[in-house]
Amino acid sequence: MNGAALATRGLNKSFGSLVVAKDVELVLPHGVRYALIGPNGAGKTTLINLITGMLRPDTGRIFLGEDDITSLAPEARVRRGLARTFQINALFPQLSALEAVTLAVCERRGFAGVWWRGLPEYRDAADEAHAILASLLLGEHCYRLTHELSYGQQRLLEIALALATRPRVLLLDEPAAGVPRDESAELFAAISGLANDLTVLFIEHDMDIVFRFAARIIVMVSGGILVEGTPDEVAEDTRVREVYLGKAHHG
Amino acid sequence: MAGAAPEGVTPHQYLENQTRWRRVEIAFWLATLLPFVVTPTYLSLASQIAITALFALSLDLILGYAGIVSLGHAAFFGLGAYTAGLMSKFVWGEPLTGLVAAAAIAGLVGFATSFIIARFRHLALIMITLGLGLLLHEAANSASWLTGGADGLQGVDIWPLLGAFKFDLYGRTAYAYSLVVLALMFLVARRLIHSPFGLALRGIRENAVRMSAIGAPNRSHVRKVYTISAVIAGIAGALLAQTTETVSLEVLSFERSADVLVILILGGAGRLYGGILGAIIYMVARDQFSGINPQFWYFWIGLLLVAVVMLLPNGILGGLARFAERWQGGRR
Repeated sequence: MNGAALATRGLNKSFGSLVVAKDVELVLPHGVRYALIGPNGAGKTTLINLITGMLRPDTGRIFLGEDDITSLAPEARVRRGLARTFQINALFPQLSALEAVTLAVCERRGFAGVWWRGLPEYRDAADEAHAILASLLLGEHCYRLTHELSYGQQRLLEIALALATRPRVLLLDEPAAGVPRDESAELFAAISGLANDLTVLFIEHDMDIVFRFAARIIVMVSGGILVEGTPDEVAEDTRVREVYLGKAHHG
Repeated sequence: MAGAAPEGVTPHQYLENQTRWRRVEIAFWLATLLPFVVTPTYLSLASQIAITALFALSLDLILGYAGIVSLGHAAFFGLGAYTAGLMSKFVWGEPLTGLVAAAAIAGLVGFATSFIIARFRHLALIMITLGLGLLLHEAANSASWLTGGADGLQGVDIWPLLGAFKFDLYGRTAYAYSLVVLALMFLVARRLIHSPFGLALRGIRENAVRMSAIGAPNRSHVRKVYTISAVIAGIAGALLAQTTETVSLEVLSFERSADVLVILILGGAGRLYGGILGAIIYMVARDQFSGINPQFWYFWIGLLLVAVVMLLPNGILGGLARFAERWQGGRR
């Protein structure tokens, strides 16, 4: 596993007779932006769920850096630097954006269990949360309740919450899902502006965005990895063309 | 608080603003002294209200903040009541040490059961808390050699408070005692909900899945708040045992668990004052209505509950808060 930020070895998962992950072997080096593409039902979200521990693999192992994290609970993986966002907003509707991100900062710094001191005493936690929100253009809206934010702002808050855990590896499940096309480019511009040593894997259907923002692309079909390579390699690959052009195009 | 943020507010100021004491809060606590002068013949009732309010406050911490629904919270109230009662019977009648003992026992049992509670949510949780409550009720019933069973615990004798204030017939000492303990516990609860931990509890209520995705140990958070809630419920039970100098099986009954839930929902969960307001309305109404027709009393409570839940989803206090916001908005 030398130097890999995240790796999986022989990952398998089935629901009854439906195979959702088939011998998945991944090696993501540090600091690389990866796109994970494939037709609907290819097992992309399932793979994220397996890596983050929300699903247990039937067989196989998962490594974060040098550490085997296969048996760790999801929250323990987060504390080791593996964060994710959700395809469908999974936020805290009645918390303000600032409260939500401050909460994530408190959890990371290990004082979210402190009940005898007031939250305002942790001034730098709130400042850090505000800085993260500001970096994602949510600074002005940070005192509004999450459910009052626009859909696009909620998508950004998804990312802000993940960043507040200070991840080494960030898995983004269709970060721009449901966001208008011109705004999604903005959103990805924000993602590509993230720290260079951060490893990012994102699921995305829009090929323009994939080719613009990914250094490498992984193509999944029926639970298995079909191709892994640079955008040019993937674009040239006949098997990929078959999947995308031979059948209906999923966007 | 929520809503539009004034320009130029720093994150720190915003958070401080939320924890600030409001004028209406101070007015409320001053008003709790009124019964001493206005209704001196009703101090026993006032004391019962304060105790019920404290019990509702303990439920609010787990239900209103962490989203843990319990239909068996009387278990801890009853444990506290029996601990205080038995302590006065077998050890001594000093009330404050009795209170501490009750808190400790309720907290221990709360901590032990919290390992089960933290694994479940929603309907399963309701059934488990209900089951634990029934279990303890029957255990107390069958252990009549210790608890007196259905006849109630005999021989509870409480010494004067601080060696000076006897528990009198009019309930002067009782109300002062209950009120001071309520206020102290309220301060603890208020501090808790404005702490990082309080924020984490709201996070669990809002979205437990996302909490794990930001690295939060949900189960240990739940275990902690459940234990704290059990301690406060136990203190409330001990207050009832000490101020009335009786303990009956009713302290552990399903009805008491259901009543406190109704009180909290009526008043408004997740607002700290909701349980207090609910307790005042519920206890005063029961006192008044049951004088007219004791059997008929639950009809009115049922009606009130349905009306409040339909019209004011955040309880009476939630409705009042919204009304006040609109009124202030209209004045601007």
